[in-house]
Amino acid sequence: MTLFTEFGRFILMFKGMIRKPENKKMYWKELMHQSSEIGIGALGIVVIISFFIGAVSALQTAYQITTPLIPKETIAQIVRDTVILEFAPTLTCIVLAGVVGSKIASELGNMRVSEQIDAFEIMGINTKSYLILPKILGAMITIPMLVIIATFLGILGGRVAGVATGIITPEQFDRGLFDGFNPYNIYFEMIKAYTFSFIISSIPAFYGYYVKGGALEIGRASTKSVVVSCVAILLADYVLAQLLLNN
Amino acid sequence: MIEVKNLKKGFGDKIVLQDVNAVMRSGACNLIIGASGSGKTVLMKCIVGLLHPDQGEIFYDGKEFTTMAIEDKKEIRKEIGMLFQGSALFDSLTVEQNIMFPLNMFTNHTYREKLKIVNAVLDRVNLKDANKKFPAELSGGMMKRVGIARAIVLKPKYLFCDEPNSGLDPQTSMVIDKLIKELTNEYNITTIINTHDMNSVMEIGDHIIYMHKGLKEWEGTNKEIIFSKNELLNSFIFASEFLKDAKDMRMLEAKGKIDENRDMNDLLK
Repeated sequence: MTLFTEFGRFILMFKGMIRKPENKKMYWKELMHQSSEIGIGALGIVVIISFFIGAVSALQTAYQITTPLIPKETIAQIVRDTVILEFAPTLTCIVLAGVVGSKIASELGNMRVSEQIDAFEIMGINTKSYLILPKILGAMITIPMLVIIATFLGILGGRVAGVATGIITPEQFDRGLFDGFNPYNIYFEMIKAYTFSFIISSIPAFYGYYVKGGALEIGRASTKSVVVSCVAILLADYVLAQLLLNN
Repeated sequence: MIEVKNLKKGFGDKIVLQDVNAVMRSGACNLIIGASGSGKTVLMKCIVGLLHPDQGEIFYDGKEFTTMAIEDKKEIRKEIGMLFQGSALFDSLTVEQNIMFPLNMFTNHTYREKLKIVNAVLDRVNLKDANKKFPAELSGGMMKRVGIARAIVLKPKYLFCDEPNSGLDPQTSMVIDKLIKELTNEYNITTIINTHDMNSVMEIGDHIIYMHKGLKEWEGTNKEIIFSKNELLNSFIFASEFLKDAKDMRMLEAKGKIDENRDMNDLLK
């Protein structure tokens, strides 16, 4: 019952967002602010994890290829496809669910508890539009960009690690990288990125916006939002793979 | 003028407001007083629209507020300023940005014009040179003043203050009370204050509503409250010996005699 109630409130939250903005300029400013907060704020962690994930992926693939019958270029192909299909969108977004999600939930939760949301309401501002919508749109603008950056860095990490350890030459890696490349994978990656960025921003916004109580409840809401976001990402990952990769 | 008719509000099985009727007088300081849990904050939140009443009507200058369309409610809310118990300042913005926020959202003034208004309002609440400070750098009294400045920057018709003196020392409380009273007269605002501070009741209570267990128990002025025979009101307001003595002094001044029911032995101690 609680699950259905929460889902109903989650849907109603979106209904409440669809209103004419009080001042378009202020909404635009807030959207830019949130895009910067989410995008620039999470760039560092995305750069680090994607580079190392790519590197580890190259080393582990090489470790599993024991037969000399498989060409070295295969390592690059596997790194490329795993990074594009799974690591860059899913792993990056799971990390971002923690970084961005907890920030959104705690920020809104704190605003709710300290009556700042009520203060906006009293001024005649639609708080769902002004506080939640820019966060969701900001995430949907910047997180796919971060996923693209993660893709490039992941592949770069694989190349650097592979070449540095002598597993593969730069020429072999580059040859493998372009060999058998399927552009549909990028399309699939972007669909995942947009879906996950929506999950990462909307679920924490929901838990933060409707928090009741004090500091303890803000912490609980933040943790719950990260857990639910991660589960939702994994569930969506499976559903999208089933729908879009099932030949 | 704000009029509340047959207002009821409950949360689950708990009824918080029971058939409350009240009129908030224009251009006056209307105080809602009562013990903790008496329903005064819920009443205020219903009046400003932060809570939806289960039953009853609220009129702003004759316009029914509870059933109004969202866009019409927004128009009424532009005429409302509110000072929150914890000030509710936007903590990521400076004092100047906090006060400028309603101007940014609802006016087309240039930055220079807005700054001029902000400085005038800050000057009015005696807070010069605090423009660039963040809320975390302010004292409780300063935060309340910034909250008042933000509430009056759009020159509202109605000013709501939820426990304006909570967490403040008596001297600062008096300064805030005086400021609210002055602004009420200066801008001819209808001010509604939630409080249980007896100094405020006596000093600025043009019109007082006493709430007890969700019911409006008494209504009158700060002059009338001294002579009230309502036992619940008297036990709430004149709870301490000090306040009982203060009441006696006021009665002596006004009528030349003290309350007949007053225990003289207490007074002579």
